[in-house]
Amino acid sequence: MSTTFTKEHDPVLARAAVVIPMFNEAAVIVDVVRTVRERFGRVVCVDDGSSDESPVLARAAGATVVRHPVNLGQGAALETGIRRALSDPEIQYVVTFDADGQHSVEDAAAMVRVAVENDVQVVLGSRFLGSMAGATGHRKALLQMAVRFTRATTGLKVTDAHNGLRVLRRDAARRLSFRLHGMSHASEVLSVIAKQRWTYVEHPTTVTYTDYSRAKGQPGYNALNIVFDLALNRLRAAS
Amino acid sequence: MIIKLLLVAGLAAAAFLLLRGKRSPLGLLMRRSLALGAILLGILAVLFPGLVTEAANAVGVGRGTDLVLYVLCVTFLFVTIAQTLRITALNDRMVELARRQALLEAELHERENSF
Repeated sequence: MSTTFTKEHDPVLARAAVVIPMFNEAAVIVDVVRTVRERFGRVVCVDDGSSDESPVLARAAGATVVRHPVNLGQGAALETGIRRALSDPEIQYVVTFDADGQHSVEDAAAMVRVAVENDVQVVLGSRFLGSMAGATGHRKALLQMAVRFTRATTGLKVTDAHNGLRVLRRDAARRLSFRLHGMSHASEVLSVIAKQRWTYVEHPTTVTYTDYSRAKGQPGYNALNIVFDLALNRLRAAS
Repeated sequence: MIIKLLLVAGLAAAAFLLLRGKRSPLGLLMRRSLALGAILLGILAVLFPGLVTEAANAVGVGRGTDLVLYVLCVTFLFVTIAQTLRITALNDRMVELARRQALLEAELHERENSF
């Protein structure tokens, strides 16, 4: 890859790549990429078949852009981005980050440091340890239910189940391959952590829900689709 | 009643296929044999309609048409599940194929720009 690390980057963050899956995010992607670029050495945007100008804008804002020829799903986009990031042997940590601007770059930077200091394979962002500005009451209740479900099914003592902000150390990122290509990948990550006994810690994050992110977010009933996906995936994996 | 046993066994087998179904040479052989068997039984049923009612009575069903309906329902379920599994497997391949194409294209783009 041709991107060079600028001197002002923290050496730890210069060896971290931020992967941002995007699907029709032209309204926000420039700001998101610029903000992330201020702290991180590498930003990989995976365009999941957008029909707008997202890929052009992201590239102009300084991101490496990989374009899926057709829409494959958010999980698939993350995996593509992770693979692209790891093709550079310098990269030691991969950060997964949402394109809609709901995550904080400072949180992401802090999480990479936490990963280094604690020598863990995964750092998971948690809205429940941190805060979620602008979330509706029933969204919080739904997320709580998802947490309880995740704790019961994976045995992990996590406080958040579907936060898109995570840090993966190179060895963990390399072994991550999704069977669920759509929105259920977030739960799949947790079941992989549980199954392969990866070391992890949680870190408080601030998630800001805007009208934009709320409109882009999944409808609440999609939680049931995720439950179906997970149940089937688990039963099939047992064979 | 024999038909109840047969239908419950058929539905259980459909659930098993959904959960554990893998494409295997044995599965292929079974699908082909069943297709061949269905054609032969169909021809027999057309030529000798009385046979269907006799078969229905033998397993405890009153009318031949009812038996045909039951068998059709279970068969439909099997076909649907098999198709779903097949499409899922195809989708997995498509995702990997598209991903490699995307990564290759990104690499090319970068090389062009670095010269």
